[in-house]
Amino acid sequence: MTKRRTWVYFIPYGLWLALFVIAPVALIIYQSFFDLGQHFTLTNYNTYFRSATYLKMTLNSVWYAFLITLFTGLISYPTAYFIHQLKHRQFWLLLVILPTWINILLKAYAFIGIFSQAGLANQFLTFIGIGPQQILFTNASFIFVATYIQIPFMILPIYNALDDLNPAFVNASKDLGASTWQTFRHVIFPLTLPGVKAGVQAVFIPSLSLFMLTRLIGGNKVITLGTAIEEHFLTTMNWGMGSTIGVVLIVAMIVVMLLTGDQKTKGGTPR
Amino acid sequence: MKHKLATAYLILVFIILYAPIIFLIAYSFSQGETMTNYHGFTWRHYQTLFSDARMLAIVANTLLIALLSSLIATLIGTLGALSITRTTKRVTRESLLTLNNVLMVSPDVIIGASFLIFFTMLKIPLGFGTVLMSHIAFEIPIVVLMVLPRLREMSRSLLDAAQDLGATTRQLLTQVIIPFISPGIFAGFFMALTYSLDDFAVTFFVTGNGFSTLSVEIYSRARQGINLEINALSGVMFLFSLLLVAGYYWIQQASQKRRHRKREVAS
Repeated sequence: MTKRRTWVYFIPYGLWLALFVIAPVALIIYQSFFDLGQHFTLTNYNTYFRSATYLKMTLNSVWYAFLITLFTGLISYPTAYFIHQLKHRQFWLLLVILPTWINILLKAYAFIGIFSQAGLANQFLTFIGIGPQQILFTNASFIFVATYIQIPFMILPIYNALDDLNPAFVNASKDLGASTWQTFRHVIFPLTLPGVKAGVQAVFIPSLSLFMLTRLIGGNKVITLGTAIEEHFLTTMNWGMGSTIGVVLIVAMIVVMLLTGDQKTKGGTPR
Repeated sequence: MKHKLATAYLILVFIILYAPIIFLIAYSFSQGETMTNYHGFTWRHYQTLFSDARMLAIVANTLLIALLSSLIATLIGTLGALSITRTTKRVTRESLLTLNNVLMVSPDVIIGASFLIFFTMLKIPLGFGTVLMSHIAFEIPIVVLMVLPRLREMSRSLLDAAQDLGATTRQLLTQVIIPFISPGIFAGFFMALTYSLDDFAVTFFVTGNGFSTLSVEIYSRARQGINLEINALSGVMFLFSLLLVAGYYWIQQASQKRRHRKREVAS
């Protein structure tokens, strides 16, 4: 292909990169140095790192994101593993993907109905003799619904990792006398770890920033970093503080990416 | 025994995955006003939905935003993917790809908040325009990611042959490259469409007062409590996403078959 004039095609994409990728990130960092009176200052960071409320909120948010990721992983790994052994696995995988095409707000809304005072969950609890409980607006319901929403995003990368796994390794392990558990523990799981890491990436970061679920399901009891940002931007209009929390969230995101990034150079070889 | 346990586990997971959706749609046909006891079949909530002018306008807005933004994002994203594959330096390509993925991994809240600062600084009034621009912005990277693999599959000799036969740059693009990567472009378009329809957080930040999309509307209505009209809406939307999934897989299947056939011809 001749070099001339083809750079013209790059213009729209380049503009997008400059205006909607680089500029917004730069702006959120820039904004984090301004207080309510539009003075350039470090007050926001000062407030953030000295206030017990903000630090507790951050720790809480990380803790909940961790719990959500953990439960999602515990449910998703066996699911991906069993689906991979099925005959029509492509079809079953499609059934896993399908719920992700349904608007997240609608799924949250469904749980408002299920967890309500006289809802399905309480009818079941009454039926087995426990009696109705307050389910909606509790931390447990928040974790449950968040886990529910994230499960497909964890199953997919784990499934792909299982699909990439060379069955010869499994056969070799069995031929050498390893039990099913040993094969799983020392061969299958280590080799599918990249899939788990990709899943953690896909679940943990969004879990830190969920904000509508904390409102609709958590009843504002759990404040995630996302809720805090949304509140600062749209309710109290303190954009400087909101941006500061945003920067914290970006840093958290980078840390997670580094921790779960693919380390092909290190642990890629089977033991 | 072990096999049975696995099956039972899978059945349980799939029940949990689908129960809320089925529950939601089942109650859209209930005569009651809440999602508690089923009160017998009715189309009433669908009638309410289809005579709710405000809701219909919002559905139209949402579809318009989704289609328009996906079209523009597909165009820009495809051009972007073409530019990325044409880079000769490895470093340039890697950094372009990294920048491309920034919006893919950023939390929605960050995207929404930073776009809000961006639009406010440029003094662009919030509304249709800002929502459209934001949707285009977060759809572009997925289009690029869908088109890139097809471009990589394209063999160099195909382009050389076209050039040797005297194709101009434009002809090369429209008659060789675009037809070859069209499955990727379609996949990108469909993904962009679902991203747009699914988005809540980004829209919520940049939508302003006068303009609303379905997600934002459902959010504000859900905060007020149960309203079976939303159930009816989810019934309609579920049907719509089924059609989208079917369309997407049909395209995937068709392209795979075509590739298969080509391979058979080649061997």
